[in-house]
Amino acid sequence: MKMKTLVSSIALAGATLVAFNVQAADTIKVGVLHSLSGTMAISETTLKDTVLMMVEEQNKKGGLLGKQLEAVVVDPASNWPLFAEKGRELLTQEKVDVIFGSWTSVSRKSVLPVLEELNGLMFYPVQYEGEESSKNVFYTGAAPNQQAIPAVNYLKDELEVERWVLAGTDYVYPRTTNKILEAYLKANGVAEEDIMINYTPFGHSDWQSIVSDIKKFGSEGKKTAVVSTINGDANVPFYKELGNQGISAEDIPVVAFSVGEEELSGLDTSPLVGHLAAWNYFQSVESDANEEFITQWKAFTKNPDRVTNDPMEATYIGFKMWANAVTDAGTTDVDAVEQAMIGQETANLTGGTAVMNKNHHLSKPVLIGEIQDDGQFEVVWETEGVVPGDAWSDFLPGSMDLISDWTAPIKCGNYNTKTTSCSGQNY
Amino acid sequence: MKNFLVFCGALFLLFSTAIHADSSDPTTPSSSMEAMLVELTKVSLKKSLPVLKKIEHESSEEMLPLFSTLLSGNLYYLKSDRSLLARVKQDGKTEYRPLFDSPTANNALTLSKRDVKKVKVNNKLRKYLRGAIARIQLTSKDIAKRQAAVRSLLSSLDSDTIEHIHQLRSQEKNSSVKNMMDVALNLYSAENATSDVARVSAIRHLEGSLENDVRNLLTKLTKDGQSEPVRQAALSALKSIDQQVNRYALVDQLFFGLSLGSVLLLASIGLAITFGVMGVINMAHGEMIMLGAYTTYVVQLLMPNHIDYSIWVAIPAAFLVSGLMGVAIERGVIRHLHGRPLETLLATFGISLILQQLVRSIFSPLNRQVSTPSWMSGSVEINPVLSLTLNRLYILAFALLVFFALLFILKKTSLGLNVRAVSQNRNMARAMGVKTAWVDAMTFGLGSGIAGIAGVALSQLTNVGPNLGQAYIIDSFMVVVFGGVGNLFGTLVAAFSLGIATKFLEPVTGAVLAAITVLIFIILFIQKRPKGLFPQKGRAAE
Repeated sequence: MKMKTLVSSIALAGATLVAFNVQAADTIKVGVLHSLSGTMAISETTLKDTVLMMVEEQNKKGGLLGKQLEAVVVDPASNWPLFAEKGRELLTQEKVDVIFGSWTSVSRKSVLPVLEELNGLMFYPVQYEGEESSKNVFYTGAAPNQQAIPAVNYLKDELEVERWVLAGTDYVYPRTTNKILEAYLKANGVAEEDIMINYTPFGHSDWQSIVSDIKKFGSEGKKTAVVSTINGDANVPFYKELGNQGISAEDIPVVAFSVGEEELSGLDTSPLVGHLAAWNYFQSVESDANEEFITQWKAFTKNPDRVTNDPMEATYIGFKMWANAVTDAGTTDVDAVEQAMIGQETANLTGGTAVMNKNHHLSKPVLIGEIQDDGQFEVVWETEGVVPGDAWSDFLPGSMDLISDWTAPIKCGNYNTKTTSCSGQNY
Repeated sequence: MKNFLVFCGALFLLFSTAIHADSSDPTTPSSSMEAMLVELTKVSLKKSLPVLKKIEHESSEEMLPLFSTLLSGNLYYLKSDRSLLARVKQDGKTEYRPLFDSPTANNALTLSKRDVKKVKVNNKLRKYLRGAIARIQLTSKDIAKRQAAVRSLLSSLDSDTIEHIHQLRSQEKNSSVKNMMDVALNLYSAENATSDVARVSAIRHLEGSLENDVRNLLTKLTKDGQSEPVRQAALSALKSIDQQVNRYALVDQLFFGLSLGSVLLLASIGLAITFGVMGVINMAHGEMIMLGAYTTYVVQLLMPNHIDYSIWVAIPAAFLVSGLMGVAIERGVIRHLHGRPLETLLATFGISLILQQLVRSIFSPLNRQVSTPSWMSGSVEINPVLSLTLNRLYILAFALLVFFALLFILKKTSLGLNVRAVSQNRNMARAMGVKTAWVDAMTFGLGSGIAGIAGVALSQLTNVGPNLGQAYIIDSFMVVVFGGVGNLFGTLVAAFSLGIATKFLEPVTGAVLAAITVLIFIILFIQKRPKGLFPQKGRAAE
């Protein structure tokens, strides 16, 4: 069976190659730059499939500007420098009109110079640490003020948390997010000794002593919560250890920024019930658009058990906006589309409207969900209305005065409002 | 006291009505209660707490199913008439039963997901529910439940609860429950008694207790504006408690170290044979572990209703799968590269990539879920500050078992004799009539099979995914080289000492730096003693 699908997919790949040669002239090319092998394959293959599904759907509606869309998939193999190479390949050889891609911040940072050099256009669909705004990138995932800050507010106000464990994987996203959170907590009167910061390597699997430290830290009389920026695989053993050491969500709740439905699908969630996650989308949100999307996704993947998640919604919104912007601009020219993107509105899957702001970030609602025993989240809190994404954090000394505005007359990704000048840094 | 009498009276009334109702209809709640239950299905999450408090106030034991079902998130209601239902999962099926029916009655309703709606619950409610259940269970017949109930009330003592506990204390027969109740009473009077003498004596009584709440209170009493005798008593009690806590913390850390050591031992012991005894640098060793983990997953897929026993099937199955793969690799590739370590290294690295991609194509790149058998989850609580997680405990024992079984095979069986002969002097062994080719294949198969067994154990601790093996290959080589190539006991000592060293470093330096420090130490150590902790001696070593 598997062999058969393998053979057929090879055949299919061959067929697309032939088809591509024939009709290359009259298609709009959509590049997909997601890892299909290596560590990040677990998360990124889902997004590749999402883009393919959106392309298929758009083609059924008759494509764009009278042309069919054609997806060009490359595999940067979770190898950060390869993202730059494959990005260059997409832009120079395949001459794609837009790229959907990247997951980790380091891969985005790797492809960024290529995008700016060749004036490409990329949609980045994952929550990230902020402190960036490039003319050539649209950030459809959450900035820290659309995920981390509201989550901390929820813990502080609703659960009356007084002690904080900031636990993360040791790389740029958790380090920057934790820096922002630490500054934010201290600004809110939390004492130094009530904050514990802990970093672990990628794929860390022996959590015994760290979990036991957290337990000790949390048993000193003050209500404690863990803010987790632990990424990818390492979450599973982390949560398993929490369950084994008997830390329940009522004692020490864990709010995670990188754990979604997809990550939980490899896990028995009954010991985790009540732990939290902050996102802009949950599969469990009841809305017509969401139900339709889930049905479409299950049909496309031919798997009734597949789950949807936040980066998928971000990809969905990004794709819809890009399609609208291309229609509005009447061309796929990057500069024209970039200007047409700003101010685009599209319905998001949770029942509201997403708006693309001048700083290339979205306005989205923020939801806090509790993990349920079926691997889904139940929304326990949400912001009233939408929160505009903030490219430059207001809580870090270096970026307080910076804003990003890609409309005339500023046209700058890091405009300093105090000195009224653009730093000239490219992103 | 008056409060309490009223409470008892209410209790009695409720009981009598409950008993009275028994004769006609087993558990139908009274009409005012019913109204409150309907209200519970109507209010928003934020407003359920007052409703629940009212329900608790006006009821007793008969509402236990309500609280416990809500706590486990299984409370639903029928959209049509707002009657409460309990969701029951049995044999993979989900059914809904009327909440107040006895669980044995066969009265599952045929309802679809659309007919019912969940009564939502969040952390705040769960916390309250645990307290409510504890208050109800103070009078439970089960000793363990009673004790747990008192214990979980320690953090939320108020005068009503204390009075209730005081009352129950005089009737309590079980000594451990009695002790726990004393802790609760002393805890309360240490903080709230009016005279300093009473407070000091309460604090004295708390001295031996390791309960978290006791420590928290004592810490509080050593601080601000307490009277001097109270402060002094609290200080000395805290000091003696802290001494004990620190002692147990050390035990805890040692256990973590042993546990990490056992994982390292399991991962590297197969390599100790293929690399240590045969001298083959097998980069695909990690993938043998991965195959074992995937075998566990497949076995669980095949016997979904017997997860508890699946491990016992998975262990031999994983040994066979990885072992056969090992034999195939040896026969197909490695024997052709005999005596060319660099080529062997590259070839086996290639094999490891092929195996990873193979697994990715068959099982998808996503991690697979391997369930933990119920007898392996949770922890043994030795006292409030020391509890050992069961899965780690089993894996520690299992690692030692595998180690000694392997030692037995090598030292006491004819296969072991042949293996040692071939590894010491291949030509001489062949001259003596040992079929070296066969021995090579068997040895490699044995080493790989043991890696497969390690995979079964690791599937209980970490992610089962295509990259599982890569996470352990470096550690495995590190352990084998550090312990001394070709020496099984060296591997044992190296695994446990590296495990313990890492765990004692981690709290001081953090996980990242601890790993680096250990690596630097090993590099320096190898500089000084290139043959590891226990170098092989004699001619065989050359």
